[in-house]
Amino acid sequence: MEHFALWLSAFLTLGILSFLYKDNPWYKLSEAIFVGISAGFWFVTLFWDNLVGKFWDGWQDEPMLFVGAALGFLMLLRLVPKIGWISRWPLAFIVGATSGLWLMNYLASNIMVQVQATIQPLFSISYASGFDAGWGAIISSLVIVVGTFTGLVYFFFSKEHKGAFGGAARVGIFFIMITFGASFGYTVMSRMSLLIGRMDFLLGDWLGMIG
Amino acid sequence: MIPRRYKADRMLSPISLLILSLICLIPITVCSQTEPDTLESVLSDSIASSMELDLTPAPVTNVTVADTDNDAGGSITVSWMPSADDYSGGKVRLYRVMRAEAVNGQPGEFTEVGDSPAGKTDYSSDDGNTSDDVSYFYKVVAVNVVYNEAGEESEFTSESDMAGPITSTPQWFHKQRINTLVGMCLLSFFIIYYIAQAKAGKKLFIRKIAGMEAVDEAVGRATEMGKKIFYISGIGDMDNMMTIAAMTILGRVAEMSAQYETYLDVPVCRSMVMVTAREVLKEAHSKVGRPDAYKDDMVHYLTDDQFGYAAGVDGLFVREKPATIFFMGQFYAESLILAETGNSIGAIQIAGTAMPSQLPFFIAACDYTLIGEELFAASAYLSKEPKLLGSLKGQDMGKGVVLAAILLGVLLETFGVFQLSNLFSVID
Repeated sequence: MEHFALWLSAFLTLGILSFLYKDNPWYKLSEAIFVGISAGFWFVTLFWDNLVGKFWDGWQDEPMLFVGAALGFLMLLRLVPKIGWISRWPLAFIVGATSGLWLMNYLASNIMVQVQATIQPLFSISYASGFDAGWGAIISSLVIVVGTFTGLVYFFFSKEHKGAFGGAARVGIFFIMITFGASFGYTVMSRMSLLIGRMDFLLGDWLGMIG
Repeated sequence: MIPRRYKADRMLSPISLLILSLICLIPITVCSQTEPDTLESVLSDSIASSMELDLTPAPVTNVTVADTDNDAGGSITVSWMPSADDYSGGKVRLYRVMRAEAVNGQPGEFTEVGDSPAGKTDYSSDDGNTSDDVSYFYKVVAVNVVYNEAGEESEFTSESDMAGPITSTPQWFHKQRINTLVGMCLLSFFIIYYIAQAKAGKKLFIRKIAGMEAVDEAVGRATEMGKKIFYISGIGDMDNMMTIAAMTILGRVAEMSAQYETYLDVPVCRSMVMVTAREVLKEAHSKVGRPDAYKDDMVHYLTDDQFGYAAGVDGLFVREKPATIFFMGQFYAESLILAETGNSIGAIQIAGTAMPSQLPFFIAACDYTLIGEELFAASAYLSKEPKLLGSLKGQDMGKGVVLAAILLGVLLETFGVFQLSNLFSVID
């Protein structure tokens, strides 16, 4: 059985990789199996994790779970055309509650922490030590402050990017693009590790060519 | 002259000497025959007792208990003055925090709830496992651990006085997050103010966003070519701000596609997103007077699995060959797979996400990309609704305050005048 599973995995992996050549029946078969099985797998996982694991096993200790269950039930009412409009209420609740809950988190992580990290002495290592930094530290501080400042200017939408303001915005997008370039290289390397994982499976686990 | 004592000895008779000897020997013999162990025991106990005293640390003093501040309840902070023997090489190895539930105002049985290493500077311990409706008493035990030559462990402890009763309570406000509250109030004020201004008829300017300018062109191209438009809303669920923004943009795209009678295909990977997207499309079609053109099949679920979804969407791309593809929302590793496939079939692609790690791929593979906050601004840009425009202007004012704070803070800290960055510290 284990042997069969290994060969089936290799067959489907090669089927997905065959898309690199062009769309073909092998890819279509692998894709259909992948999509269908993963949809079923997630359905079962969510059923056992959420409905059974969280609600059924936990409603005695946490009666508030009934609110979630009621919202979920209301959502299913869209299957009844005459009262399907009721399903908009739980949707509205989820969207509104999400916005409210994330507001504080975004404010803390995207504004407060960012500003705190940007406000730093330009010519010294620390606030109290005065003008005593080396050139490396000075340049590093300048890059952070200028990059954040001009990057933020770029994201002004209610003012036309003209004159000095436009110049600052252009410097900002310059910083953003350099950051993206670095991020591109870094992420490509992590994608390579995904490919290496698949190659390791094919050449190692399946064909036994590598140890 | 003979000494007097010497003389007396010489005066005792042999019988007297025998009797005297017997009298003196009786107690010694009795003693040596009946209680030889007791004597040793008394001596060893005495030595052990003095050793124990020597190894037992001095007890901690001034144990105080208080409800832990800025929390949601369920925690009590125990503080104490360290033992006099708590110093480097001293007799304290750790402090053991003991807790007893109050029964009729009296402590029940004490059990250990945590410990704290010796040598700490704050000498406190948070018992984060309390019930808010129960009162507790606490004691702190200074512990010395000694190992003999065989490696056996012995503990020498001394208990503090008891402290309590105390009950944990939740707080409504986290006092160390007041700075975030002030920031939020300020931002909300700007937003509400500018929404009011916009509603009152004041024209609010919004600069061009290239990616959004291209939406008309992209939908028009699909119409001219008689091909589909695909709208990919990422793999985030409806609890994600990017997905919510993507749904807003979808509404505008759906209006245009309904007007131009171009088929819009929205494959999704979350059931909640499917429900929302269907509502958005239905409303958009009704808004432009084409409710008959809406079909539930326009929004269809593929799978929750990230790469299963990517494989499914890739297959749809190469088979349907759409003229236009929108990628709006939260994306992870599937971003490049999708955008590259879309690029390979020659579709015009407009992407938008606030995921910094995925933006480079969209910039490389798509025709237009909404970077970060542009995605959130796009809905206001497309709809030109006063409410959204006012909100965008208010956010810009918030950014202005942040810019001013950065500029001022850097200057103050560079010249060592004031550490402004402390005002922005956030406690988790």
